[in-house]
Amino acid sequence: MKQASIPMEEYMGSGHLACQGCGATQAMRFALKALGPQTALVIPACCWAVIDGSFPHSCIQQPIFHTAFETAAVVASGIKAGLKMRGDTETTVMAWAGDGGTFDIGLQALSGAAERNDDIIYVCYDNEAYMNTGIQRSSSTPVGAWTTTTPVTSYKTRPKKNMIDIMAAHAIPYIATASTAYPHDFMRKVAKAKEIKGTKYIQIFAPCPTGWKLSPELSVKMARLAVTSKVYPIVEITENGQKLDVWKDFEPTSVRDYMKPQGRFRHLTDAELEGIEKEVEANWQRLLAKEKLLGSIPGLG
Amino acid sequence: MKKVIMGNHAVSYGVKASEAKVISAYPITPQTHVVELLSEMCANGEIDAEFIKVESEHSAMAACVGASAAGSRAFTATSSQGLLLMHEMLHWAVGARLPIVLANINRAVGPPWSIWTDQNDSLSQRDVGWLQIYVESNQETQDTIPQAFKIAEELQMPVMIVMDAFFLSHTYEIVDLFDKEQVRKFLPPYEPEIKIDVNDPHSFGNLAGPDMYMELRYMIQEAMEKSIDVIKRVDREFEEIFGRKYGLVEAYRCEDAETILVTSGTVASTTRAVIDEMRDEGIKIGALKIRVFRPFPFEEVFEVLSKTEKVAVIDRNISFGGHGIFFQEIKSALYGRTDVPITGYIAGLGGRDITPEVIREIADKALTDKKPERYINWIGVKR
Ligand SMILES: Cc1ncc(C[n+]2csc(CCOP(=O)(O)OP(=O)(O)O)c2C)c(N)n1
Ligand code: SF4
Repeated sequence: MKQASIPMEEYMGSGHLACQGCGATQAMRFALKALGPQTALVIPACCWAVIDGSFPHSCIQQPIFHTAFETAAVVASGIKAGLKMRGDTETTVMAWAGDGGTFDIGLQALSGAAERNDDIIYVCYDNEAYMNTGIQRSSSTPVGAWTTTTPVTSYKTRPKKNMIDIMAAHAIPYIATASTAYPHDFMRKVAKAKEIKGTKYIQIFAPCPTGWKLSPELSVKMARLAVTSKVYPIVEITENGQKLDVWKDFEPTSVRDYMKPQGRFRHLTDAELEGIEKEVEANWQRLLAKEKLLGSIPGLG
Repeated sequence: MKKVIMGNHAVSYGVKASEAKVISAYPITPQTHVVELLSEMCANGEIDAEFIKVESEHSAMAACVGASAAGSRAFTATSSQGLLLMHEMLHWAVGARLPIVLANINRAVGPPWSIWTDQNDSLSQRDVGWLQIYVESNQETQDTIPQAFKIAEELQMPVMIVMDAFFLSHTYEIVDLFDKEQVRKFLPPYEPEIKIDVNDPHSFGNLAGPDMYMELRYMIQEAMEKSIDVIKRVDREFEEIFGRKYGLVEAYRCEDAETILVTSGTVASTTRAVIDEMRDEGIKIGALKIRVFRPFPFEEVFEVLSKTEKVAVIDRNISFGGHGIFFQEIKSALYGRTDVPITGYIAGLGGRDITPEVIREIADKALTDKKPERYINWIGVKR
C-alpha cells in the first residue's frame, strides 16, 4: 500500500451523533479530507442520516442533500447534471450510503447510474447490517452473524452478496474496497476516484461496535483483522472491470481472532467456525485466480 | 407558428419553450411520445438540457429532485403505474420544496392491465402536496407548462399537469407554438436563493424533531393557500403576452343555470357541446370545469355553484369505499354554506368513452331526480 499524507484540514466538525468507535464516521472524516471542500454529498436513509446532526445543524462543511433510502446514486446523478447546467463541472458529487442502501434497496438506482457511467463517486460504508433501524440483516451480512432478524437459532446461512463482482460487471472505470484501519489507502483511493470521469464505486469496511456487540476501542483493530484474515480482501478494479489487483502484502492472521471479540459471532461452534475459515480461504483462492486470469488477457493487462 | 400536433408533443414543446435544464424520464404508454420528442430535441441541440435516461420512474423523480436541488429547472413525464412508483419521491419533492414540473397522462391502474384513461392514478396522489392542473386541449397543455414552472418556482412547490390518455395525449389539434423570446419574457431563468453550492454549503433535509417538523408542514400549507393568488396572477401575466387565459375553474353558461354539471379534463369539452344542445331546447343548464384541483379553488367553486339549484358531478374516478373524488371536493367546498343538492356520477373508467349521449343521460337523470342527494350513481355499468 502506498502511503498518502493525511491533510490537516477538517471538514467534519464536532456535534455529530454517532456511537463511540463508529467506523462509518471515521470513514467520512477521511473521505472528506481526500476530496476537499469542492464536494457535494448525497446521503440516503442510514446511520449517516442521523450522524450528520439535526436541523438546523450539520457536522459537515460541504453541502449535503438528504434523500430517500433507495435513491442515493440517482440523486447524485441529478445533482451532477443540475450543477453542470449551471456551469459548475468541477464539484465532485459523492453518494454516501450504508450496505442496506447499496446492496439491497438502492441497487437498482446504483446499477442505473453505473450503466450510464454518470460522473459520481459512490461510497458504501459496509457495516454488514441495517444499523439505523436496529441491527437487521442485509444482503451484506456475513454467514454466521447474529442480527435481530437472524437470531442465533437461525443465523444467516446465505453468503454475503458479492457487490464488487456486481459492480465490476457494469464495466465502470474504478472500483475499490478499503478498510477504516487503513485510512491512507482509503484516502488514496478516494482521491484517485476524484480524478477519474465516470462512476466510481468504493466500498469501505466500517465496523459498527453497536451492531457487532463489540467494544468500541476494538473498532480499528477489527477493521484491520478483517483484512489480514482475508475475510475482507482489499482490491482495486480498473480498466472498466478488466483488471483486478488484490492487496497481499500483509502478515496473515486467523479468522477466529477476527470473529472472537464480536458478540455477533459468539454462538458459533468450533465446527461452524471451521466451515467459515474454509470458505474464507476458498474465496481468497478464487480471488487470486481471478486476478491472474484478468491480468493474463492479452491487451488488457 | 401554428402546427398540428398531438397532445403529448404539446407537452414537449411546452417544456422546450420553458428551457428546462434537466429532463429525466422513463417510458410508459401513453406518455412515451413526450420524452421521445424531448430526447430527440436534446440530442440535436434544440434544447440545451441534460437528459438522464434512468432505469425507473422512481429514479426519474429522484434525478429531478437532485437536479432541482442543484438549482436547475427539472422536468419529467409519466403515467399510471409510473406515477405510483414515484409516490415516495413525490413527497420528497414537496418536503424539499423543489419546483419540479411533471406531466401525468391519466391512465387507469392495473390490474387488470389497461392503458386507457381515468383519473385514479393522479387522484391517488391528491394528498402528497403537488399542485394539480387538469387540462383539456393541446393548446392548453402547451401553455400550462411554462405557467406551471412559473407558479412552481415562485412558491417553491412542485406542479403536476394532468391530461387524459388518448382522448388528449394522442389527439392531433392545431397549436399556436410558443416563440422562445416571448416565453423568456414570461418565465425568467430559475435562480433559487438556496441550492447545492460548495461556496454556500447547507445541509438539506436532515433530521427535524417534533419541535420543527410541524412548522415545515405549516409552511407547505401556507404556500398552497397562497398559490391560488399566484396561479391567478400568472394566468393574467400569461394573457397579457399570449392573449390566452385559463382560470382556476371555467364556468360555461352558468349565469342563469338551474342545473350545473361539474367536469374536468376532456369531458369538459364534450359537456359544453351537450350544454349548447340542451340550451337550444330551452333547458337552463350550465357546466363548470375544474382546471386546478390542488389547491382546490373552494371560493371560485362556491361562487358558481351556490347560485344554482342542482349540482351534478361527473367523476372519471372512484375512491373505493367512498365516493367520486371530485364529488367529495365539491361537497366540502359547499358544506355549511349552501344547501344546493349535489349528486355524484361515476363514468368512463378505464377509457370507456364519455360520449355526448352519456353526458345527456347524466343531465337528464340530474334534471328529473326527485331525491338528488345521491353520492354515487354508476353510469353504464353492465350487470
Ligand atoms: C423505503 C424505506 N424503507 C425502509 C426504511 C427504513 N430504514 C431506514 S435506514 C434503514 C437501514 C439502513 O441500513 P444501511 O443502509 O445498511 O445503513 P446503516 O443503518 O447500517 O448505516 C432502513 C431499513 C426507509 N427509510 N425507507
Ligand atoms: S449504530 Fe453503528 S454504524 Fe450506526 S452510528 Fe452507531 S456505530 Fe455507527
